[in-house]
Amino acid sequence: MKHVANWALNAASARGASYADTRIVAQRSRALTTKNGKVGSALDSESVGMSVRVIADGAWGFAASAELGRGAVEATAAEAVAIARASARVKREDIRLAPEKAAVAEWSTPYKIDPFSVSVEQNIELLLKIDAELRSVSGITLAEANLNFNREQQWFVSSEGADIHQTKLSTGAGYAAYAFAGNEIQKRSYPNSFGGQWQSKGYELIDELKLVENARRIAQEAVALHQADQCPEGKFDLILDSSQLGLQIHESVGHPIELDRVLGMEANFAGTSFLTLDKLRTLRYGSGLVNVVADARQEHGPGLGTFGYDDEGVAAQCTPIITKGLFTGYLSSRETAHTIGENRSGGTLRAEGWNRLPMIRMTNISLLPGEKPLSLEQLIASTDHAILMQTNRSWSIDDKRYNFQFGCEIGWEIKGGKRVRMVKNPSYSGITTEFWNSLDALCSRDEWTLWGTPNCGKGQPQQVMGTGHGAAASRFRGIKVGSAFKGA
Amino acid sequence: MLTKEQAGDIFDRIRKFTSADGVEVSISGGRFALTRFANNTIHQNVAEENHIVSARTAFGSKTARAFTNKFDDESLRQVVRSAESLAKVQHPDPDLLPMPCSDEASGRAGGGMRSPQVPSRHFQQTAAITPEFRADGVGKIVGVADRHKLTTAGIFSSAESVEGIFNSRGLSNWHTQTSAEVSITMLAADSSGWQKANSPDVANLDPLMLAEVAAKKAVDSAHPREIPAGKYTVILEPAAVLDIVGFMFWDYAGMAILDQRSFLAGRIGTKLFGDNITIWDDVAHPLQTGCPFDGEGMRRQRVALVENGIVKRVVYARATAERMKRSEYKDKVGPIEATGHGFSLPNEMGEMPQNIVFAPPGDPQTVAQMIASTERGVLVTRLWYIREVEPFEKILTGMTRDGTFYVENGRVQGGVRNFRLNESLIQMLSNVEAMSVPARSCGEESFDMVVPAMKVKNFNFTEVTKF
Repeated sequence: MKHVANWALNAASARGASYADTRIVAQRSRALTTKNGKVGSALDSESVGMSVRVIADGAWGFAASAELGRGAVEATAAEAVAIARASARVKREDIRLAPEKAAVAEWSTPYKIDPFSVSVEQNIELLLKIDAELRSVSGITLAEANLNFNREQQWFVSSEGADIHQTKLSTGAGYAAYAFAGNEIQKRSYPNSFGGQWQSKGYELIDELKLVENARRIAQEAVALHQADQCPEGKFDLILDSSQLGLQIHESVGHPIELDRVLGMEANFAGTSFLTLDKLRTLRYGSGLVNVVADARQEHGPGLGTFGYDDEGVAAQCTPIITKGLFTGYLSSRETAHTIGENRSGGTLRAEGWNRLPMIRMTNISLLPGEKPLSLEQLIASTDHAILMQTNRSWSIDDKRYNFQFGCEIGWEIKGGKRVRMVKNPSYSGITTEFWNSLDALCSRDEWTLWGTPNCGKGQPQQVMGTGHGAAASRFRGIKVGSAFKGA
Repeated sequence: MLTKEQAGDIFDRIRKFTSADGVEVSISGGRFALTRFANNTIHQNVAEENHIVSARTAFGSKTARAFTNKFDDESLRQVVRSAESLAKVQHPDPDLLPMPCSDEASGRAGGGMRSPQVPSRHFQQTAAITPEFRADGVGKIVGVADRHKLTTAGIFSSAESVEGIFNSRGLSNWHTQTSAEVSITMLAADSSGWQKANSPDVANLDPLMLAEVAAKKAVDSAHPREIPAGKYTVILEPAAVLDIVGFMFWDYAGMAILDQRSFLAGRIGTKLFGDNITIWDDVAHPLQTGCPFDGEGMRRQRVALVENGIVKRVVYARATAERMKRSEYKDKVGPIEATGHGFSLPNEMGEMPQNIVFAPPGDPQTVAQMIASTERGVLVTRLWYIREVEPFEKILTGMTRDGTFYVENGRVQGGVRNFRLNESLIQMLSNVEAMSVPARSCGEESFDMVVPAMKVKNFNFTEVTKF
């Protein structure tokens, strides 16, 4: 593919681009679903194309084409330069890129079993087995299960000499059981809601998740919720399970630290951020137990934010985001690094596919586990009175990322160190920094899971990206619970 | 841009390559460009051309689909192989119907409802938009921001697209469309304003006017004060209305009833909303956009979903209609017939209405009139991050954004800090005191619709944020 890339770079250079990079991407995906004993959808997809990103007259241009013939590639590069010159008509200052040593590299997601090597029959059999387990529980009115596999091969070549070939693989699986009765719909999902668990690994993830083994319990919980009391309203101590905490991190840490949001680049759509530049290394983001990193490196784990190089050729890094409660870092790119006094990008620029412009995206934004051994059961045993909430059901946060409200699928009232009753429709809300400062206990490594969020939307045109979030169950003091149902 | 003739050639080759009992080819794509600005400068500017071909093969009662964006013979052979191998290992689906023939899809067979005539939605002036044209538009918007000492961010996009569907029973449908869209946020030190509009015809867009309105909202909402959460009379501008009501239309689907995941389960034929709420799905409405056929090529019908607050019916894909006729719900769901709202097969969601039109009220009021008649209330420009808290009473949460104002004694009294809402959509549509003439509107939380502004009593705000 190097020759295709060179057609683009040479054409861009010949038309006056001061910088150019090109990405040639081949994506393959498979999506299988079942619903109530039948295959819901069975889809295979392939998409191949290339894009050229250039700076000309000090401004950005980007064009993409599915055609990889020389004429089409050169025309796409020429279009990118023309677009950049149009951008320059409304410009205040020239684009500045932080220096980056041009990398020549190969990188691939480590995996044990290629998910595309597993037969469709075997996958459908698994899904139908899950489905049967879910619907074996009386009261289940709808059962849905899914398997998803993605492979992306990318060649990145830049006018500065970078030449990087990456192959990224991801696998996802999950299911949900619904129970409709009277005037109420209750739902339980496993291992997480909205598509389950996703990681950058092969089919081995499917075995690790123990999908069939948990199906009946999940279905029973969905039915049992109908008999449960409504979650009480008021201020409570709150224990969040690992998956819900992963989404809490995503929304109230991951998004506000995106430097493009902070700088106003997303103001029209995704919003801005309360984390204005003056807050770096001055804001007490959370309690002293809160340590959050943005870590795209393989050693962090198989998150959806794990890669070798980002989509402008910067190597994966680990950036301390919150250190013992102090806000210490943003997610940055080559264009934005200088605004926080850095001379190198944090390596977070990623694109959904060949036809999308790379932008700052979360990598693996993870809350590091507690250092002292603490299991969830020990945490519960040490809690006098609290609500434990599991598995996200709804999520919402304002456009500066202050005020949030989350609903969960199931809750448990904890009294005297024990779960005393199941509660339905649990929800909690708060202000981001107040919430993180109320964290007073978090479980240790054994309870820590690196969750995948496959559906993070951002940008115009909107791009969907996978992000990773490591978390262990944690406790928060004096949180507002139940206001979602107050007065509604 | 792919032409219908080129698409037909792709279909012919796929048909030649397959041994399936039936084959359906769907084609979508086109040219898309978007100029994005922030901090009064163009900071992203993109263009792409891409077309996606998908082949659905059927062997008896087994079917599957595969996608590619390459149209050479080998790529098409591969997409056929993928679709065939996926289909062959399916379990038989007794609900799968033969692909529709042309007469069935157009409504000429079977004496179904009449299909409305859809006006042309392709405009040469929009198709010909250049990066320079968009940049000049952005320059004018930035000029407004500069004049008001504001910072602006937003987009100006343009597109020319095609959608086509062909099948081995002779069906051949093709639709072309253009679109242009402008979205503008104006930011002041502690406030903001927003406007967004789109149209198939760029001549209908007025970026300068939109910029001026967004700027006025930013200026007028400066120094927002905090007022307590609680129940207020709210005046929701059309974008705020569509952002909320969009969350119920997934439920107006036969499959959602069969799955018992719809809040309309057991409620069709009942009065769920106020007398003044009448809702149609109408792809042919002059303010609507989109393709006049569904994922199987069936012509989209005009369907009355709600009349005077009574939920009349839901929409159906072909197979869903047949299932519903055999189901225990068949006598409780109103008319049952394929309405041309199905998604491409195979899928698990069935169908949904996507061309929503609210009927005009008998006594329309402008937003200004609604404000003038309000003793104490909140004017909402836009909503954000709406999510479903409870699916059967349709309790939704979300935030106000980019222009939230306190209204007292018939006048706007300045900006207020943004609220979190937790409101039942059923309650909201039962508490509508006044509506404007419906207008084509677009937001970020739902799809575009023809909706009115609404004055709603007892709207439930539960929290206030920090700005």
